[in-house]
Amino acid sequence: MTPNRGRLLRRQATNTLALSLATLATLVGLIALVWILATIVINGAAALGPHLFTRATPPPGAEGGVLNALLGSAMMTALALLIGAPIGILAGTYLAESGGRRWIAELVRFVNDILLSAPSIVIGLFVYEIIVQPSGHFSGLAGAIAMAMVLLPVVVRTTDETLRLVPVSLREAALALGAPLWRMVLFVLYPAARAGMLTGLLLGLARISGETAPLLFTALNNQYLSFDLTRPLANMPVVIFQFALSPYPAWQSLAWAGALLMTLFVLLLSLGARFMVRVRTR
Amino acid sequence: MSGLLVARSEIAARPAVGPFGDRLFRALLIGAALSVLALLGGAAIAIFWGGLPAFRHFGLGFFTRLAWDPVRQDFGALVPIYGTLVTAAIAMITAVPVSFGIALFLTEVAPHWLRAPIGAAIELLAGIPSIIYGMWGLFVFAPFMADHVEPGLTALLGPLPLLGVLFDGPPLGIGMLTAGLILGIMVVPFISAVMRDVFRLVPQALRESALGLGATRWELVWRVVLPYTRSAVLGGVFLGLGRALGETMAVTFVLGNAHDFNLSLFMPSTSIAAAIANEFTEADSDLYRASLVALGFVLFVITFIVLALGKLMLARLAQSEGSRR
Repeated sequence: MTPNRGRLLRRQATNTLALSLATLATLVGLIALVWILATIVINGAAALGPHLFTRATPPPGAEGGVLNALLGSAMMTALALLIGAPIGILAGTYLAESGGRRWIAELVRFVNDILLSAPSIVIGLFVYEIIVQPSGHFSGLAGAIAMAMVLLPVVVRTTDETLRLVPVSLREAALALGAPLWRMVLFVLYPAARAGMLTGLLLGLARISGETAPLLFTALNNQYLSFDLTRPLANMPVVIFQFALSPYPAWQSLAWAGALLMTLFVLLLSLGARFMVRVRTR
Repeated sequence: MSGLLVARSEIAARPAVGPFGDRLFRALLIGAALSVLALLGGAAIAIFWGGLPAFRHFGLGFFTRLAWDPVRQDFGALVPIYGTLVTAAIAMITAVPVSFGIALFLTEVAPHWLRAPIGAAIELLAGIPSIIYGMWGLFVFAPFMADHVEPGLTALLGPLPLLGVLFDGPPLGIGMLTAGLILGIMVVPFISAVMRDVFRLVPQALRESALGLGATRWELVWRVVLPYTRSAVLGGVFLGLGRALGETMAVTFVLGNAHDFNLSLFMPSTSIAAAIANEFTEADSDLYRASLVALGFVLFVITFIVLALGKLMLARLAQSEGSRR
């Protein structure tokens, strides 16, 4: 009786210890989250002000804002969406509609999943080799194309997953009524999968809004307000990168403010996407 | 399930004759799908091409030399590769147990009403841009490490034989240990999400039989859930590793960009990604730039292999799941 009892106690102690450690691990994760967000909010809020949105990035030692970087990022993001979203949606549609049987669809899905986690700095090198190097200079256009390449796999994945949730009977009904494939996809599938596809776009947007590495040597940076996509273009991530690592307090404070704006934007997009998923599944 | 697949493949397999609109539409679809392949293939070829001058000039010695001297045009990849591997190793050593703990907490410990919000909070960590981790790391976490953690580690582990070297050195805050820990935090949400999702795939009957035989929660997870999901858990770990290896901005902030070889984890170093991010726009000669691109190619190959292995291992569980059903 006694050895059994001792064994039981030991097993229960192990169990309690393991579950406590698991709780501790979760606490560590939550503390990291709060610590990072608090750092950004406290330092960023101190540097917020209307000047951020009315003035361009200053030279060292002067006052200024991040207007040019915000506009540059907005232009490149919009262009990246225009390029990446349609290709991503079409590719995702191909994957969902080929039924997952053809080897080519399997291969594309596999490669796409790898691109999803691939280092984004490699995309930057790629765009540098094929666009910046041949054209001879850095440009906002190259930055937008790099962003589109980061966006593409996100959109492909979510489109594929969402379209596969649409009941087959809907497709069959449309085709049986004599609709050509393209009408079926455009006017039956896409409306039925609208929420999920929009979620994918939001997630992709969140992803590219925070990406820095692909822009470092594609869009580079521009100290002045510029709308020329064929020239180096200011953008939030690179401005934050350069200003944060600079020795000037005014630049560092702008970097914190920019970091707060960026974090808020990205997290709101992620939360929005999550909220849309919940509405859809309800 | 199988009926669904058949119906779907028949839709796509309809003969390619038919209205012009459909032929055009199909061409668009397959063209877009192929662009995904072209993106990966094109990147591989273009980056290899860009790095070729460095591979030609240095030969295999590129991988074995410590030197990185822009003035004398002498470039070796060993220090960045070492830095990449060491920081990723530190990241995995910390992130895997923590992720397992979080997955365990979310599937076994937490009350049901708490699981969704805590899971969402952990996933928010994945949403924070990498440059934000970098700023936090440089201005908050590195000083914290220098003041509170590294002196303690030196006192505790420094005297150990062999291992002691790793923890011996000035507590600078900036260095491989700090970078590795930040990478660890960054990959935790990815690994724990995979683990949590596959833990939920374990059939209810298996769980109930284990508990019915008197297993504790821990024994259930350790002896039933984990063996059942082993390949997928490993796949999730590899996906995390792939991210840790290629992560750029956060590491660039806290690694110090020093091309010196050091055994001490407290010393600044560099990684492939950080070296490229720091030096690419300043590379003033073709050989310098080609060497950086060649580094990028090495990173590309390593992460591709790691991520592909991870995907294959994840797919294995999905397949056995499918055959069981």
